[in-house]
Amino acid sequence: MNARSLSTGTRGRHFRSERFDFGSFFFSGLTGLATLLILAILAAILGNILINGWSGLSWRFISTIPKKDFFDPETTGVLPMIIGTTFRVFVMTVFVIPIGVITAVYLTEYAHTTAISTRIIRGAVNNLAGVPSIVFGLFGLGFFINFIGKNMDVILKSAEPTWSQPAVIWASLTLAVMTLPVVIVATEESLKAIPPGLREASLALGATKLETIVKIVLPQALPGIMTGGILAISRAAGEVAPILFTGVAYYMASLPKSLTDQFMDLGYHVYVLSTQSPNIDQTRPILYATVLVLLLLTFALNFVAILIRAHVRKKLRALN
Amino acid sequence: MAEIILQKLSVTPPTAGETKSAAGPLIEVDNLSLFYGPTKALKSINLQIGERVVTALIGPSGCGKSTLLRCFNRMNDLIDGVRIEGATRIGGHDIYSSQVDVIELRKRVGMVFQKSNPFPKSIYDNIAYGLRLHGVKAKSDVDAIVERSLRSAALWDEVKDRLRESALGLSGGQQQRLCIARAIAIKPEIILMDEPASALDPIATAKIEDLILELKKDFTIVIVTHNMQQAARISDFTAFFYLGELIEFDSTRKVFTNPAKKQTEDYVTGRFG
Repeated sequence: MNARSLSTGTRGRHFRSERFDFGSFFFSGLTGLATLLILAILAAILGNILINGWSGLSWRFISTIPKKDFFDPETTGVLPMIIGTTFRVFVMTVFVIPIGVITAVYLTEYAHTTAISTRIIRGAVNNLAGVPSIVFGLFGLGFFINFIGKNMDVILKSAEPTWSQPAVIWASLTLAVMTLPVVIVATEESLKAIPPGLREASLALGATKLETIVKIVLPQALPGIMTGGILAISRAAGEVAPILFTGVAYYMASLPKSLTDQFMDLGYHVYVLSTQSPNIDQTRPILYATVLVLLLLTFALNFVAILIRAHVRKKLRALN
Repeated sequence: MAEIILQKLSVTPPTAGETKSAAGPLIEVDNLSLFYGPTKALKSINLQIGERVVTALIGPSGCGKSTLLRCFNRMNDLIDGVRIEGATRIGGHDIYSSQVDVIELRKRVGMVFQKSNPFPKSIYDNIAYGLRLHGVKAKSDVDAIVERSLRSAALWDEVKDRLRESALGLSGGQQQRLCIARAIAIKPEIILMDEPASALDPIATAKIEDLILELKKDFTIVIVTHNMQQAARISDFTAFFYLGELIEFDSTRKVFTNPAKKQTEDYVTGRFG
């Protein structure tokens, strides 16, 4: 092969404008269609709920504690359910964030990455994320109520069963166990993203490992930790199965006042309205309105968490 | 200086220390070997470093110079699977002895890293961090030491009006000088520098070099560098390492003009490495 033919060959390879790149065209079209499909489904769901639920939504509906027969659109309300769902999500957050963060700190900062024990813990966390939520519900009943609660009643010498029955605290703890992997993974990711140079700088100044983690590492990881919290809240707010046996009530005349009270819940109430109603057509507007309230509440809880995170980010960015 | 070390690392009475400080070297490396798992990274190093001099550790990448530097403040402790044989003494005391408090050691032996690593805090808080760790809490004291440290690091004039602003807004050279200010704020006796200027432009490098010559009056400096001219400009003594061995250790003038070993000559004249 002489030099001339080599150079034309090269030129031929580089400029092949006559060829239509069908693969790229097809694939970009496919990804676009998939995205469109998801958006369409989402729009259909939200649109349907909004259109049908809007008419049933009123201040009276939101602020009323209903009577035992809550299938009547004229008198019913969802205040106890809003309070109950908010209450259990809040208590869950209080438990899941510290436990999740401490576990993640152990896994990333203390544990030897190659040790068998670390791999077992990591595997356990991943498996926890894959357990069906009804199993968590049964676990909560068996472990928290029938084991921990029962023993607490014995130890505290309760006059009547106080801890050994479904309650906000047990529902929240069950949800905390369920959402633990989300917080652990999110925290681990944000801890790993912190440059090792910062830890070295702190240690080289004579800081202990604990001081380094508390004063340098965790403040940097805070937005990531809060992302984990937000994901946990989104997941937990609409879950029904874990609270089914551990705290939710079909009906309560009064609002929950303490951690040992049972509570009404929006998600469960949707289930009740759609399965227990004596008159489906009469109940339908309440059902739609309740679903809308559940969605709005989930968005609101998320929104508050996102606002707090934005505030933290802004504070950190002022220093970044 | 050495007296303070002795008090802090103290095992024997201070009188022994006085004789040490008068005669003996500040850092003494005695037949030191270091293993990363099965790999021997340092091979029976013997080295003595005096007070208030600049000692340069040079050699090609992977020769063990940074590893040795990190032995002096026990930063190698952080790496899994590191095993050390032999002794490293500072002020006459084995820093790997079980009686030594690593926190106290690192307070006495400061470190500046290759990649400048200021905390994502304000300039002021970067320096105050180490002070607060070691119990300096009163605002007037912290203020005074922050100013003094920044002046010593030749950074005060550039940042005095924005102490409360983020340290990450500084240029690379300023960040590195801030790291030096942070290190000297807690008054170490020894400052270890791991290629402190390798990521900086020539002007910023010159500033760091001037600073090192200035700091020599108060501190003992051990610096790892890849830059032969830098070693020649700023150091009093030079140690040349190759494949984990200390090939030659002498005054910088001797190492650069009349090295005893062929390998050293080849390296400092740029024939390999």
